[in-house]
Amino acid sequence: MDMTDDNDYYFEIKPKLAFSLDLKELIEYKELFYFFTWRDVKVKYKQTALGFLWAILQPLIMMVIFTLFIGKAMNAPSDEMDYSVFAFSGLILWTIFSSGITNAGNSMVTNAQIIKKIYFPRLVIPISAILVSVFDFLISFVVFIILILLYEQPIDVLRAFFLWPAALIVTVIATFGPGCLLAALNVKYRDFRYVIPFLVQALLFLTPVIYPISIVSNVWLKYVLALNPMYAAITIFRIPMMNSLPDISLVTISISSGIIFFISGLIYFRKTEFYFADLA
Amino acid sequence: MKPILQVQSVSKKFNIHHEGGAYLSLRDRVSEFAKLKFSKKNDEDFWALKDVTFEVMPGESVGIIGKNGAGKSTLLKILSKITPPTEGKIISRGRIASLLEVGTGFHPELTGRENVYLNGSILGMRKREIDVRFDEIIDFAGTEKFLDTPLKHYSSGMQLRLAFAVAAFLEPEILVIDEVLAVGDAEFQKKCLGKMEDVSKSGRTILFVSHNMAAIKSLCESSIYLDSGILVEKNLTEKVISSYLLTSLERNVSSWEIKNRPNSNAWIESAKIIEPLATFKYGDKMILEVRFRSLRPIYPYLGIVITSIFGVKLINSNNRYQNDHSDFSKTTNGIITCDFNSLPLMKGTYFISLFFGDYLGDEHIIENALAFDVNEKDIWGKGKFPPTNSSELWWPTNYKISQ
Repeated sequence: MDMTDDNDYYFEIKPKLAFSLDLKELIEYKELFYFFTWRDVKVKYKQTALGFLWAILQPLIMMVIFTLFIGKAMNAPSDEMDYSVFAFSGLILWTIFSSGITNAGNSMVTNAQIIKKIYFPRLVIPISAILVSVFDFLISFVVFIILILLYEQPIDVLRAFFLWPAALIVTVIATFGPGCLLAALNVKYRDFRYVIPFLVQALLFLTPVIYPISIVSNVWLKYVLALNPMYAAITIFRIPMMNSLPDISLVTISISSGIIFFISGLIYFRKTEFYFADLA
Repeated sequence: MKPILQVQSVSKKFNIHHEGGAYLSLRDRVSEFAKLKFSKKNDEDFWALKDVTFEVMPGESVGIIGKNGAGKSTLLKILSKITPPTEGKIISRGRIASLLEVGTGFHPELTGRENVYLNGSILGMRKREIDVRFDEIIDFAGTEKFLDTPLKHYSSGMQLRLAFAVAAFLEPEILVIDEVLAVGDAEFQKKCLGKMEDVSKSGRTILFVSHNMAAIKSLCESSIYLDSGILVEKNLTEKVISSYLLTSLERNVSSWEIKNRPNSNAWIESAKIIEPLATFKYGDKMILEVRFRSLRPIYPYLGIVITSIFGVKLINSNNRYQNDHSDFSKTTNGIITCDFNSLPLMKGTYFISLFFGDYLGDEHIIENALAFDVNEKDIWGKGKFPPTNSSELWWPTNYKISQ
């Protein structure tokens, strides 16, 4: 058998055993990320009377509810911010995470027909599902800016310039890990269809979205809560609006946890994706 | 020249879970774990492909023939990288594009224009390529007027035309096509086949699965025959088709008998060729005998179609048009004897399909119920034989030459 072959298109199809990232192939298919995201955004808002307003309405209504019942009625602390700004800043990032892992988690099953009929790197599907949530975030981010002006919330502009994009990146990383893990697991075990909504709901209360972590007095409990990768994202996003800096060790724990989820999700997905077409 | 595609001992194993659906549930896994190794596993291995080896040269068009479940689709899925082989490997020296379905990823809510881009991109085309080809694609599909209409308002025929048009402009070195021609009307099928012939003539390699033997014959010079996951034969298409058709008839070819009664009011019990008994030659007399039964008394009508091995209908016969009710009486069972007199068939293999029913319509259809071989004959006693591949029928004509 000759191993040397001068043909540009030479490739082999072999039984898949080992893990490989194959970033080169992902880059080759970069347009497909765009087309899948574009399709989902288009389809999501087609035949809706309110269209893109839905991206804003959901976090906005949640914010009003939380402001009335938790901010005003229960008088929850909000790290020196107006409670509405506090809740909304948490909610728009949280929405990326919650809708991101929900859509990514179900994405392989909803696209089963395509997976069975054509090859492309399967990672395109959950990543595009997450990018749809990022697109929605960009719309609600505009509302967030309006809200800041409305409540005359003081901001450190320089910090915001660096930390807001950083928070977005941390959110995407935090969403990617569980999203890919759930997407792969859902192909094999449809039980995860029922796990995902429950998980998202439970995590909302385990993430400092509607309360600051400072209300937790137990140090160990703080560390446990910091294992949640969204803690870092939301905290970093709020720094420009706070006077004091958050606990760096908690943020580090949270970011590390997000990276561990990211890597394990990626590896599990890559190792199982070859059999998606047989199982889907 | 090196082969563009080398399939080397490719096997594919599937696990069949006897309980529940196609996918697992965690409960199964947990209970499996609890039972550990004490109980025998309820899984069964199924080899969809076993040790398949063949090569394809650049520019060659290869047909893949076999019954349902023979492993044709699995082979195409492995070639398309949709699913990996369990054993063996495939070496490719060209880009492979696969068309296992027309309109993969079409979304009913998106417009025709949007779907062209989405589908093209899923098939592996660059946006730039689609931009360049866009007008040609729409022209080929003939759906200019509905470009900005959501796909859900398209007729199924229009969707199909648009889908095929996108795929028609793929330009890989190797094109893998599943039974995509089975859908659509005759005109559409002709157009698709024409386009595929163009692709083949332009020097690209095609692997083509179809149940339409005439399509395979016209497109592919060679073919492979798969049976139960095993490659039985790779040869010239004509030879492969005839061996496929002969072996796929799992019965005595000169007689046919019912195994399971069809869910109909009237049916054929048995059919056989009673004459000629031995070898059939050009111009020989043929007599068929068909036994039938019916739940209610009927006027029995029998249609007979003789086809070539490529599925081309050569001779049609039906007493529906020749007889009236007054010619015979209603009955619940009986024997129909059909005398064909002399059949002007050339050397080759022929198939007989039967269509039985009453005056309301066909109740029982048996495709390729019988088969027979015709041998060469010195028709005119001159020791001269017409070439066998010239045509299936040779008409006894009286030539008169005058000056």
